[in-house]
Amino acid sequence: MGITADDVARLGALARIRLTEQECHDLAPELNVILDSVRSVSEVAGPDVPMATHAIPLTNVFRDDVVTPSLTQDQALSGAPDQEDGRFRVPQILGEE
Amino acid sequence: MDPLLTKPAHELAALMADGALTSEDLTRACLARIEELNPTLNVFLSVDAEAALEAARGIDARRAAGEQLGPLAGIPVGVKDNFCTTDHPTTCGSRMLDGWIPPYDATVVARLRDAGLVIVGKTNMDEFAMGSSTETSFFGPTRNPWDPDRIPGGSGGGSAAAVASFMVPLAVGSDTGGSIRQPGSVTGTVGVKPTYGGVSRYGLVAMASSLDQPGPCARTALDAALLQQVIGGYDGHDSASINRPVADLAAAATAQDLAGLRVGVVTELGGEGYEPDVLARFTEAVDLLRAAGAEVVEVSCPAFRYALPAYYLIQPAELSSNLARFDGMRYGLRAGDDGVRSAEEVMNLTRDEGFGKEAKRRIIIGTYALSAGYYDAYYGSAQKVRSLIQADFDRAFESCDVLVSPTTPTVAFRIGERTADPMAMYMADLCTIPSNMAGNASASFPAGLSSDGLPVGLQVMAPPMEDARLYRVGGVVERALDERWGGPLLARLADKEIAR
Repeated sequence: MGITADDVARLGALARIRLTEQECHDLAPELNVILDSVRSVSEVAGPDVPMATHAIPLTNVFRDDVVTPSLTQDQALSGAPDQEDGRFRVPQILGEE
Repeated sequence: MDPLLTKPAHELAALMADGALTSEDLTRACLARIEELNPTLNVFLSVDAEAALEAARGIDARRAAGEQLGPLAGIPVGVKDNFCTTDHPTTCGSRMLDGWIPPYDATVVARLRDAGLVIVGKTNMDEFAMGSSTETSFFGPTRNPWDPDRIPGGSGGGSAAAVASFMVPLAVGSDTGGSIRQPGSVTGTVGVKPTYGGVSRYGLVAMASSLDQPGPCARTALDAALLQQVIGGYDGHDSASINRPVADLAAAATAQDLAGLRVGVVTELGGEGYEPDVLARFTEAVDLLRAAGAEVVEVSCPAFRYALPAYYLIQPAELSSNLARFDGMRYGLRAGDDGVRSAEEVMNLTRDEGFGKEAKRRIIIGTYALSAGYYDAYYGSAQKVRSLIQADFDRAFESCDVLVSPTTPTVAFRIGERTADPMAMYMADLCTIPSNMAGNASASFPAGLSSDGLPVGLQVMAPPMEDARLYRVGGVVERALDERWGGPLLARLADKEIAR
């Protein structure tokens, strides 16, 4: 079961990356090589092996519920590609019709 | 070259403490070296000479006023370009963040400033830290000072090359699968990946969060120890930060005592696929540990064979999620916003233009590994393998105090040699990945040169929170090899003309 150029296009859409037909065509065999070499992981770990959740086990981490200084509005907007009235200005999110 | 530049940081700090050297003079010497070599090596992506000199003068003034300063105050330092800095762009080697100046400092950066270190600039890296050669940087590859036709390792090739080429005595990096240690190995420098949670990730642009760990790059074990003591320790801004005091790593680096230390040679990290010279230098280093009083045994960690494949599922899965934040809406690049296109179309165009080929490859792999129907077979299985690797480490550390292996199977390869073959590139991290998967401490120390004069590294691995053992071993190896060669390995590079 290999990845096809169509699969790559679908994954690109899920990941919000526009991929040209050529890119999908080029990526598919590369991804298959990578997936073939990582497929061995599903053969070594049986159902009795637990999934690791943390590199180093930690119990729940809480902080005190106190207000601390945070970014000002100007700082938060300092890298914005576009802004208006102290807010991020973004392209239309909903359709017009 | 100014002979000052070849001195380790702890000696320079002592000179400054004695009033025999100012931070301003040292910083000027570093800046001159950067100006001389950066056009050839492409190590620094940004340098702010004026700000660095001003910071240096500030430290000199405080020292002159009699203020007690930290042990590395006044030492110039390079910072990998994925740590947020309010006074330098933070590009992550990507077009996506070209020119972006963060609104806050990473904890590591804030601690460098608080300790009086002088940040001279930001170092080159593989795009978003994805790579083992610094070739995927949008800003061009960094070159290895030992041979500018070869790679300096990656992703932190810039930080390692900066230290190796005497531009700065210290640098910081981040290690997700070997990005501090493998560059250290191929540039003849010291690179340490502390225990996961030992150094704060706050303000480090996230790649694979369960694996990412900042750490020091230096020319000596003691310098690396001093730097880890500056940047390490608990930080409430990082939920994985370990709330325990940092051990006296500098004392460990200078202890010069291996009596009774049990050293395990990992069977699975050697043999076929490793260059003969790499194995020869490794064997010599192990002999040297034995001669210094260590007890050497062989240990088997069978699950390590699956560390690389499991890593290449977990890491793309996590990064595909982390890099979803680069959507062209709040910061960074926005492409194709013509007032007509929808936000989704603009996102698609932004991520197409902003990410390079390797980033796209890994995002797509990660998206696949996490998608419905494949999650259990890929991501779930990889997390099980991670448990097996952790269990192998636990078992090995019952009978050994540290484990050792070569840091990477080969010496520095040629620029362009592996760019068309992702799996060959990924193999460079074969030995370093297990410690990221298990979260334990791990370091690379210089172990000599191959027959064609390229550095080889010795990897030392210690249990979680036992970072001091890395430095204890590294300090002994360093002194013994310095005696054998009549001086540090890097001294040979100091006399060499670096040119293409």
